[in-house]
Amino acid sequence: MKGGFRQSMAWLHTWSGLLVGWVLFAVFLTGTVSYFRAEISFWMRPELHAARVAPDAAENVLRRMHALAPSSSSWIINLPSERDPLARVFWRDPSAGGNRFRRAILDPATGEDLPARETLGGDFFYTFHYQFHHMPVLWGRWIISVCAMFMLVAILSGIVTHRRIFADFFTFRPRKGQRSWLDGHAVTAVLALPYHLMITYTGIVTLMLMTMPWGVQVAFKGDNQAFSATVFGLERPSPRSGQAAPLAPVMPMLDAASRHWGGAQPGRITVNNPGDVTSTVQVFRVDDDRLSVNRQVVSFNGVTGAMVSASGGNRPAAETRGVMVGLHRGVFGGGAMRALFFLSGLMGTVMVATGIILWAVKQRQKLGARAGAGTRLVEVLNVAAIGGLPIAMTSYLWANRLLPVEMAQRSAWEVHVFFIAWGIAAMHPLLRTHRRAWVEQLGLGAALLLLLPALNAVTTHSHLGITLPAGQWALAGLDLLALGFGAALAFAAWHVGQPVAEKRHARHPARQVNPVPAE
Amino acid sequence: MTIHLSPHRAGRNAGIGSRSVAAILGGYGLASLAAMSLALLPGPPAEAVLWGMMASYAVMAAAVMWCFAAGSALRAWTGLLIPALPLVAWLWINVGGGA
Repeated sequence: MKGGFRQSMAWLHTWSGLLVGWVLFAVFLTGTVSYFRAEISFWMRPELHAARVAPDAAENVLRRMHALAPSSSSWIINLPSERDPLARVFWRDPSAGGNRFRRAILDPATGEDLPARETLGGDFFYTFHYQFHHMPVLWGRWIISVCAMFMLVAILSGIVTHRRIFADFFTFRPRKGQRSWLDGHAVTAVLALPYHLMITYTGIVTLMLMTMPWGVQVAFKGDNQAFSATVFGLERPSPRSGQAAPLAPVMPMLDAASRHWGGAQPGRITVNNPGDVTSTVQVFRVDDDRLSVNRQVVSFNGVTGAMVSASGGNRPAAETRGVMVGLHRGVFGGGAMRALFFLSGLMGTVMVATGIILWAVKQRQKLGARAGAGTRLVEVLNVAAIGGLPIAMTSYLWANRLLPVEMAQRSAWEVHVFFIAWGIAAMHPLLRTHRRAWVEQLGLGAALLLLLPALNAVTTHSHLGITLPAGQWALAGLDLLALGFGAALAFAAWHVGQPVAEKRHARHPARQVNPVPAE
Repeated sequence: MTIHLSPHRAGRNAGIGSRSVAAILGGYGLASLAAMSLALLPGPPAEAVLWGMMASYAVMAAAVMWCFAAGSALRAWTGLLIPALPLVAWLWINVGGGA
């Protein structure tokens, strides 16, 4: 290797990052906002904003479930919490399409259905970040797993390439063209390096049953169900007997489960075969009070209400996996922890963005007008991803407020708006000079974000003028973040649009920032 | 940021192609062998399977880095084969022999 190790790792870092950089940018950004998935979903359903947590929610909701789905083979009830004060219920119904589940949102105080506008809410960003949309689910997950593996290699080879880890905490040289992009890339990479490594590795691990199934082949002879039953304790429920028996009161079960966990709260109830002598009730502990996502379940006989079993402690490997997935989801440490993860995720997003921009800037500097179609392609894709995705995501929120509430296929149309906006943003840089494309897309993104709170004020009764005095931070937070991001994009648009940057370095043509490409 | 793997451009591109195949397919193959081998370690089988799965991606990342750090494409492939052989032997003894 004769001293070429760092050089070869630099090459590997550049190409493993560049080839999948645009996908990584989209995954990082949609994944980062998903730390606030519940808040986004809540914001996107203004009809529900008046709901409040009720202490007897479980009884109210179960009463309603008997009327909604008396002969279903299973009910799944997500109990309301401070972050999401609504009861989200699902039940198995063989006559339902798709995954054979029906769903409803119930008022925790009365158990009545809460009619809300049809929307995917924050779940759209969340599922997009690991499986895309308009694509078979497995394809999306495979593509993103492969890209995440590239990311892991890019991070590791980047660490090798980069020897001044500590010094770069304090190094940022603004307005120095390529230098600034390199500094920006290094500072966002280094400041949150443990996070980047953690989020990438744990992200890959969340999908490992799909990408690395070979151990199950040799140790369980390919019997995935036996493996899952051992690891996750998934028991197949027995069929209905047809002999009716009323369901025992559920509040004592919740209390018993809570006592079993030393006072921790239940977060979800599932009822199998409700109203039948074979009925069972499983109570799941909330998952935001501990690091591991491995579920803790207490099972009850549905007719007698007696405790039947409780999931015990996990073995080390299962617990390690649970902790990895828990770290990835970042729901364990309350609001401050989520905010820290959110900031780290933003740094990861900026790290990817500055990395792919740096490549294009370097090429331009090296080759100038002689730079070929490859450089131009990277530049166009950079604008389409970095400029376009914020436009698309914000358009999705705009569509949520502007599309008629009673519109057919409403939630699908919100998603259509997202992809139409992104598609236009992807075409736009082909027709403009590189600098104009940046300024216009960053400017449009800024305008959409800065005006979002105003749109919210015009279309709903839960705007900043009401949510701030009432201390409804879950709702006000989204409007405030939109203002913050809008200001950041506006600054970026202004900065890129400044002709000064070029003139400052006119005496050193080799150091030009972002030269306008030849058409 | 160029890497001089061979004096000739065509040779260099072939070298990069061969290293990339080694890194992606060979790296995944080695990671899979590691996952399967760990899955057969003594103890509760589900635990061993999970350790194997979780560790396999570190193996793959190391293999990919090796493939581009090695002095030549041939060395890259050889460097994957050497750890693969004992893993295959271990699997052969535990699975192939019994079947």
